[in-house]
Order: sequence, then structure tokens, then C-alpha cells
Amino acid sequence: MFKLVVRRLLYAIPMIIITTFIVFSFILLIPGDPALTILGDNATDETIALLNAELGLDRPIYIQYFEWISNALQGDLRKSIFTGQEVSEAVFGRLGITIQLVLYAVFIATVAGMFLAVISIFYHNTLIDYIARFISTLGTAIPNFWLALILVMVFTFTFTLFPATGFTSFFDSPLGFLKSATLPAVSLSSAGVAQITRQLRSSLIEVMESDYIRTAYSKGLRKMTVISSHAVQNGMLPVITSIGLLFGNMLGATVVVETIFAIPGIGQLAVNSILQRDFIMLQGVVLVMIFFAILINFIIDLLYSILDPRIELK
Amino acid sequence: MRFNLVFRRFMGEKIAVISAIYLLFILFCALFGNGLLPFAPNTSDFDHILSAPSATHWLGTDELGRDIVSRLVAGSSAALQAGIISILIPLFIGVPLGILAGYTGGAVDEILMRIVEAILAIPAILLALGITAALGVSLWNAMIAIGIVFTPQFARLARGQTLLIRREPYVESAKISNAHFIWIMRKHIMPNIAPVIIVQASFNLSFAIIVEASLSFLGLGAQDPQISWGNMLRHAYSMIEVNRIFIFYPGIAIMLTVLAGNFLGDGLRIALDPKIKSR
Repeated sequence: MFKLVVRRLLYAIPMIIITTFIVFSFILLIPGDPALTILGDNATDETIALLNAELGLDRPIYIQYFEWISNALQGDLRKSIFTGQEVSEAVFGRLGITIQLVLYAVFIATVAGMFLAVISIFYHNTLIDYIARFISTLGTAIPNFWLALILVMVFTFTFTLFPATGFTSFFDSPLGFLKSATLPAVSLSSAGVAQITRQLRSSLIEVMESDYIRTAYSKGLRKMTVISSHAVQNGMLPVITSIGLLFGNMLGATVVVETIFAIPGIGQLAVNSILQRDFIMLQGVVLVMIFFAILINFIIDLLYSILDPRIELK
Repeated sequence: MRFNLVFRRFMGEKIAVISAIYLLFILFCALFGNGLLPFAPNTSDFDHILSAPSATHWLGTDELGRDIVSRLVAGSSAALQAGIISILIPLFIGVPLGILAGYTGGAVDEILMRIVEAILAIPAILLALGITAALGVSLWNAMIAIGIVFTPQFARLARGQTLLIRREPYVESAKISNAHFIWIMRKHIMPNIAPVIIVQASFNLSFAIIVEASLSFLGLGAQDPQISWGNMLRHAYSMIEVNRIFIFYPGIAIMLTVLAGNFLGDGLRIALDPKIKSR
């Protein structure tokens, strides 16, 4: 186990270095003088010189990166150009909200995806199977922000069941959390539901052919028991990896969903910092998001090899 | 495979054929639609604000009295442009890099693929957002950003296919006959990897349309008076208490186009892969 963790870490570290370097080098893409663009129309020679000195924009990119990342490792993500607030303070103050939201969305996607896949195998090649497949096809095609708008229209303006804006933390009030986070989490989960349904369905089709399923049947078990307790266990294995990938995608999608529902998480922070041209803040937000996406995949990888003892990591 | 055979197999996939016809229709709308429609997409008619669907305004007018059909048609051009640019950039950067990596192997391959994997680890929308922010907020930059986001995916795909073909006897024999790398690439590698790339491109068309709409919805893509389905939804959302039906039109347009791209991809995959039997 220890060896496994070390091996995976050795793989993850270069990944983190390259991704963070890419995030950092966005600054190279800024046309013209980055300091001038960052400061906007109010820039004076003095403030430009000050910013250049502060960020070291006049030095080679790899030196800038090295300084940025070594400060980031000590928890210092610099100060927002716009508000003067510490970036780490802003990001970590909001991170909890986004993580709660994404975990809830992953939960919904997994449960709904498993449900749809199991009933579509139980009623294989019947109308119910086709409906389940149709839902999963639709899930990939509906942009999550549009789904969010429809949900708001139906559940806020037509039936006033859920609020359209705001967020209550699970730790303050679990009921308030369900009320405020359900619509955003459902809109985040649509693509995930589709993906899990499709993958689990096709892996179940394969598993249902295997010998141990025939044994289970011949023991006289009911079809539902065979599928839900025997087949799903093995059928879920390939799906677990994509749950990890979902986490990252949903983390990205919070950018849109948090803006619609006015949820003060890091997704909203990312959009606001672009609109305010707060480049330092954006770098910090994206860095933290990517770090979490990679961390989750790392954990899922480990989990996967524990769940499936056949996997010997190279 | 012969073109005729591929075409015949493709015609057997009914949903894919319908999707292709639909996408051709959208292309037609994008190119000629606004020339043929009676109302300009950005002309306000303050005597007919928020009018219901009628014979003159097929889907009614918005809060500024602008014809919704004309605006939807104008939006199709932004969506298709985003789709096409986001395919062209990876095609001209990602695919050659992938072939190079797969063909040369060794350290070049190792380094390129590490970078590709690292970029793929970044959630697509975040990467697009970051690049758009750096380049400056505009529809054009959003499209470029989407193109850059897709580039590593194409590179990895092209590399994988090249690795498979590189060891084939006919490529080996071409190498022994002292054929130039460019010649081998054009004559043997490109035709063999084309099917996979075409299929991926049509799936990406869908994804690019979603990302473009998302960015425009956030105000980070198309800026007024530019029209995109995404910023139409942005306006519709601000009007949701006045008229709820507005959020449906652009949303349905996006969904149908995305579905069409996905179905087209499925159909092409079946048509182009000789190993899959037609149903």
C-alpha cells in the first residue's frame, strides 16, 4: 500500500508542476504589456512600475513561476489587485461552499446514474430501457446552465419550492442546505448522470454474461437481487474512475452554476475576477481548483486499486 | 475504405442522417438565413415589444421588439463558427504534434504526452476561461480558447493511432525504401488516422457549442450587439419574471445542435470503422 501511494505520488507531482505552470503562463497570453492590461485604463507609469516590481513581470517566466509556486506552497497566493484582499483568504473562505455543492452533485449523479442503469438492465430492451437511455442521451446535450434556468423557472417561479439564489452551509442547517443546494446540484449533475448511466449500463451488459451471475440465478435469486447486489458490485469498477473525472468537470462547471444561483463559492469568484480583470485572483482560484481535481483523481486511483485487487500498478 | 462504401454504411444510420441534414440546415441558416429573413436581428421595433408568436414574428419579439427567429438564426452563426474554429486549431496544431510524438517516440513522445496529460487534467471550461481572460473577453478569443482546450485531446488521439500504424509492414517497407517522413505521413499515416479524427471532431463540435454558449452566457464570450445563443439566454434569464418562454428558444437550439453533433459522431464511427457491423 505504501509503495502504491509513493508510486502514484511520483506520477502526480510532475502533473501538478506542469498544470500549475500552464495556469501561471496564462499571463504570457495577455497581449501587450501585462501590467497595463491588468491595471486597466487607470494605469499610471507609477502604478505600472509598482506592479511590475511586485509581480516581477519583467523577469523570465520560469523565475516568476518558481517564485509564485514556492509562495503558493507556503499558502501565499498574493493579494487581489482589485480589492487588496489576500487571495488565499478569499479562496479558502469560499472553497467549503463549492466542495459541498460538488459533493452533493456527485452524489446525485451517482445515485441517479446507478438507478437508471439498473432499471434499464432489469427492463432490458423494453420501453423503460429506451426511456432511461433517452434520458442519458439528453443529459449530455443539455447545457447545465440551461437546465439551471429551467429548474429555476419551474421550481422557483411556477411552484415556489426552492429559492433561486443564495446558499446555506450543510453545517449550519442541513435542511437549509438541501433547500438551497438541490437545484444547483441537480443542474451540475446532468452530464454526470448521463455518463454514469451509459458506462454502468454497458459494463452491466458485459457482467450479466458471466458465470457467477448464472450461478446466482440458479440459486433461485430474484432478477433484481442478482443485478443490484451481484452485478453492480463488479459493474461499478470501471465507473469509479469516471466519477473521479466528474468531480473535476463539475468543479469547472460551478463557474456557470454558481453565477446563476448567486452562490458565493470559488466558481463565482473566478467569473467575478475575470470581469474585474483581477488576474492574480483568477490564477489563485484556478490553481486551487486544479489542485483539488488532481487530488481527487489521485484518491480515486488509490481507491480503485484497493477495490480491484487484480490491478497491479506498473 | 472506399468512399462509396462509407457513404452507404452512413446512410444506413437513420438518426445520423437526420442529424447531418439538420446540421446542413443550421449551416445554411448561418450563411444565408439573415439575408432571407424580413427582420434584421438587431433592429428594435418598439411598437411590437414582447409580442406573441404570429404570422409576421413566428416566435414573437423580445423586450426590445427584436424578432426572435432572426436572432436565433444570427446566433447559429456564432455557434457554428465556434464549432469550426475549435476543430481547425487542434487539427493544425494537435494532430501534427501527435503524429510527430507517435512517429519519433522516445523523449519527444514522453515530454509531449506528459504535457498533454497535464492539460487534460484541467477541467475544460476552466482552461477556456483562463485563456479567454488572458486574451481579453470577446467572442473571437473565446473560440480560440476552446480550440486550444481541444488541442491536447487531438494530439493524444493522433499519437495513439500513429503508434499502431508505425509498426505496420507497409510503413516499415516505405521506411526501408528511404521514403521521406512527410511522404509517409501523407500517404500512410494521415489516411489511417483520419476516421478517428473525423469522429472526434464531430463530437467536439457539440462540446464547443456548449462551451461557447456557457462563456457567452457568463458575459465572457459574445458581447452586445453580437448575438450568440448563450447571450440570448443571458437576456432571457434577466427577463424571466416577465416572459418565461424566452429561455426555451435558444436552449432548444443549443440542445438540438449538440444532439445532432453527437448522433453524427456515432453514425460516422459506425460508418468509418470496418470492424463494426452495420445494424
